Amino acid sequence: MSLLTVNDLKVHYPIRGGFFRKVVDHVRAVDGISFELQPGETYGLVGESGCGKTTSGRALIGLNKATSGEMLFEGKDLAKMGKAERRGYTKDIQMIFQDPYSSLNGRKNVLSIIAEPLRNFERLSPKEELLRVQELVARVGLNPESIYKYPHQFSGGQRQRIGIARALALNPKLIIADEPVSALDVSVQAQVLNFMQEIQKEFDLTYLFISHDLGIIQHMCDRIGIMYRGRFVEEGTASEIYNNPQHVYTKRLIAAIPEMNPEKRFEKMHLRQSINEEYQTEYNNYFDKDGRMFDLKKISDSHSVAMQ
Amino acid sequence: MLKFILRRTLLMIPQLILLSLIIFMLAKAMPGDAVTGAFMGNPDATPEQIEKIREKFGLNDPWYQQYGRWIGKAVKGDFGQSYTHQQPVTTLIAGRVENTVLLSLFTAIMIYLMAIPLGIIAGRWTDTWADKMIVTYNYFAFATPLFVFALLMLFLFSFVLGWFPIGGTVDIRIETGTWDYVVSRAKHLFLPVMSAALIGTYATIQYLRNDIIDQKIKDYVKTARAKGVPEGKVYTRHILRNSLLPIAAFLGYEITGLIGGSIFIESIFSYQGLGQLFLQSINLRDFTVVTALVMIFGTATIVGTLLSDIILSIVDPRIRIE
Amino acid sequence: MKKPVLDIKDLRTSFRIKGDYYAAVDGVTLTVHENEVVAIVGESGCGKSALALSIMGLHDHKNTKLEGQVNFGDENLLSLSRSRLNKVRGKDIGMIFQDPMTALNPLATIGRQIEEPMDYHMKLSASDKKKRTMELLRRVGIKNEQRVYEQYPHELSGGMRQRVVIAIALACDPVLLLADEPTTALDVTIQAQIMDLMKELQNQMKTGIILITHDLGVVAEMADRVVVMYAGEVVEIADVKELFENPLHPYTRSLLNSIPSNLEAKEKLHVIDGIVPSIQNLDREGCRFAPRIEWIPEEDHEKNPEMHEATPNHFVRCSCYKTFYFPEDRVGEREYVATNS
Repeated sequence: MSLLTVNDLKVHYPIRGGFFRKVVDHVRAVDGISFELQPGETYGLVGESGCGKTTSGRALIGLNKATSGEMLFEGKDLAKMGKAERRGYTKDIQMIFQDPYSSLNGRKNVLSIIAEPLRNFERLSPKEELLRVQELVARVGLNPESIYKYPHQFSGGQRQRIGIARALALNPKLIIADEPVSALDVSVQAQVLNFMQEIQKEFDLTYLFISHDLGIIQHMCDRIGIMYRGRFVEEGTASEIYNNPQHVYTKRLIAAIPEMNPEKRFEKMHLRQSINEEYQTEYNNYFDKDGRMFDLKKISDSHSVAMQ
Repeated sequence: MLKFILRRTLLMIPQLILLSLIIFMLAKAMPGDAVTGAFMGNPDATPEQIEKIREKFGLNDPWYQQYGRWIGKAVKGDFGQSYTHQQPVTTLIAGRVENTVLLSLFTAIMIYLMAIPLGIIAGRWTDTWADKMIVTYNYFAFATPLFVFALLMLFLFSFVLGWFPIGGTVDIRIETGTWDYVVSRAKHLFLPVMSAALIGTYATIQYLRNDIIDQKIKDYVKTARAKGVPEGKVYTRHILRNSLLPIAAFLGYEITGLIGGSIFIESIFSYQGLGQLFLQSINLRDFTVVTALVMIFGTATIVGTLLSDIILSIVDPRIRIE
Repeated sequence: MKKPVLDIKDLRTSFRIKGDYYAAVDGVTLTVHENEVVAIVGESGCGKSALALSIMGLHDHKNTKLEGQVNFGDENLLSLSRSRLNKVRGKDIGMIFQDPMTALNPLATIGRQIEEPMDYHMKLSASDKKKRTMELLRRVGIKNEQRVYEQYPHELSGGMRQRVVIAIALACDPVLLLADEPTTALDVTIQAQIMDLMKELQNQMKTGIILITHDLGVVAEMADRVVVMYAGEVVEIADVKELFENPLHPYTRSLLNSIPSNLEAKEKLHVIDGIVPSIQNLDREGCRFAPRIEWIPEEDHEKNPEMHEATPNHFVRCSCYKTFYFPEDRVGEREYVATNS
């Protein structure tokens, strides 16, 4: 059984206008997406800014309200739950945020930051709590003495590991990682990514990995969903997406990855140009008359594309 | 744009109704009423007589009836009769509006004339002696209570040096319309305006200084420098445009704020304006005047906010009003 | 041999922190030739941005000390008066900034902002200026130039704004462009568009470009020559093909191995031990990268690391590159176990 099933999820925001500030239209931030997460896999949600990937992640954790659709976590619909019932599931679903500089409260020391979810959900004696936090801090590779330090005393990579330790505190099943390494330098990125892979095995975690960086997504993910204007344009395994992209937008994204072989740079430039031409000439195959993506259609067991 | 102004103007109606209700309730809650005021100092009035008059003026009716009568007249510009001055409140206020408007207008002009250059100097040349002096002045202006400063000015320039009249709005012996009349008005205005302005500059200076310091490290300023724009032009064409924008927008608040805020200044300089009238009427419990004035001050604030929004939408291209 | 446009000699940029000066750029020497794209690459704190700001005189004049030479034409830019420098900035050297969202004045129209450098460096009539601006807008790939000319920055998308920033840099036909992370703030597909546009313009206009970036992918796509910086120093200089085929300095090699797209999926990424030292805590004696490759014996480093020409036109600092290896490549071997026990 899949761990999480998202069915036709929509997150719309009203646009008000006119004399009486009536709702005249909606921003369709997320406009009907469906996907499933299998236990233990890393699912990549990719797209450019404004495509709705972050909004989707936030809707899953309850930070944005879903307008409609289902979010079945172990068979139970998170969207239909009341606040109290949903709280029970926040234990199982945790989030890692993009900016390790602002997502940690600067006035709390590491101990209180990591202990916060424990205090909310588990009744531990101060001694038990301290032991648990020390264990977590050691697990993310920080000095156990550092629990009395404050976030500004750490580097970006260390801060992101504190964020991960907090997310791990309640033994979650699913971690939603929203651009977890975008704010970090390349070598620090590597550290955090390696570490995320290690703990995935160790704690049997499932990841929903949200990123705009196709290199990182390729490296981390088993399956990938490509988002554009609030909808999926393509979904498939990493190799299907990278080696056999079908939708013109996916092709465009893949072609935009900088070419690491300097001798092939002009080849790459021409590839981009030809994809741009395809975008112009074949537009009607990929978008309907309102400029909306078509629904996903399966082209193999694991690969689907939004084409007519 | 027109639609926006219309919409905002209509939105003012519920605001004004709420304001008037609050004012009316507060006036009712105060000890004594118009009749108490009218018969103050007349020990011969018997309780029966007073009660009769109360009945006659409708003071025993339910509050909403009284409110309805009051607001109905107020809309037509009739705020009733002042008991201490024995004339209609509207006439009383009308005679003083001009004085207060003149005072606030000149104060505002003086504030901007002083604060804008000072703020620019302090912001552009931070940590120089000029900046340090301006900041010190600013601390004094911020810390000194207006009435203390105004009294000092009055003492020094009127009593000791005798350069300016001690109070009033104009020398009553001079004929209206003559040049001497204008000079006399200016002489009477000078001290109140300068007292209020010297103390009133701190917000604008502080704001401008901080904003220039913020703006000058922004990327677009780097772009301007990288274009080879001379340093002076970097300020006039880029930084100041951005920094002065909120100040222009604040104009609406500032002017209406001054109209209500001239209470101390007018009282200290016995300047025949709305503020002085307000304080006098409170002391004499002339509630019809007080409520009318509060209503005017409140309306001025609401209009000032609207004015500020409109100015901002004109000067800032990023704020687009459909 | 191509003509040099910019010749930086032993540039040292020091910032004052609590009364003392610390060098962020610590003795950088490099030359940019005409029609050449030189990429300066390194992670945050390596001094690449301070280098860019020093060249343009855009540093904080109060708390910064510049030493050395930045020779442009027959002048040392560091010794020019501000008004003389203003004759060079925007005319002979154009600059492209990182974040197009903040690099434009929010209160001026696009047309005005592109015309501004022409006001100071070219004697043109108003109509000629407008004509030139329209042409620039078309050249940077903006099709509805008539409309964009009248618009304000907030009315344009990030990609469009970056095109405008490029148009401003090109306004007076510079011989050198300084691009500070020109694609970092952009979306992936927009980044590709801007890279292609810059390549195209460079081909047409034959300008020299200094491209400052942390992204080795952008380097591979755009540069002719690459300068790798670490802790304020240049550690390696090579032609782009050579650098990617045969990287020598341990830092360059580590950096290349820590990029995901360089590896097969799910393979472990290389992690550089330790952290980049801050300019206050930096040990300026010996090889600056040594603390991060502690398994390399001390005697393999030089006492005063110099740049060596390892192969023709390929320069590398310190001798440690000769014996450098990745510990993960030798797991199980004795020396690795020995250094880690």
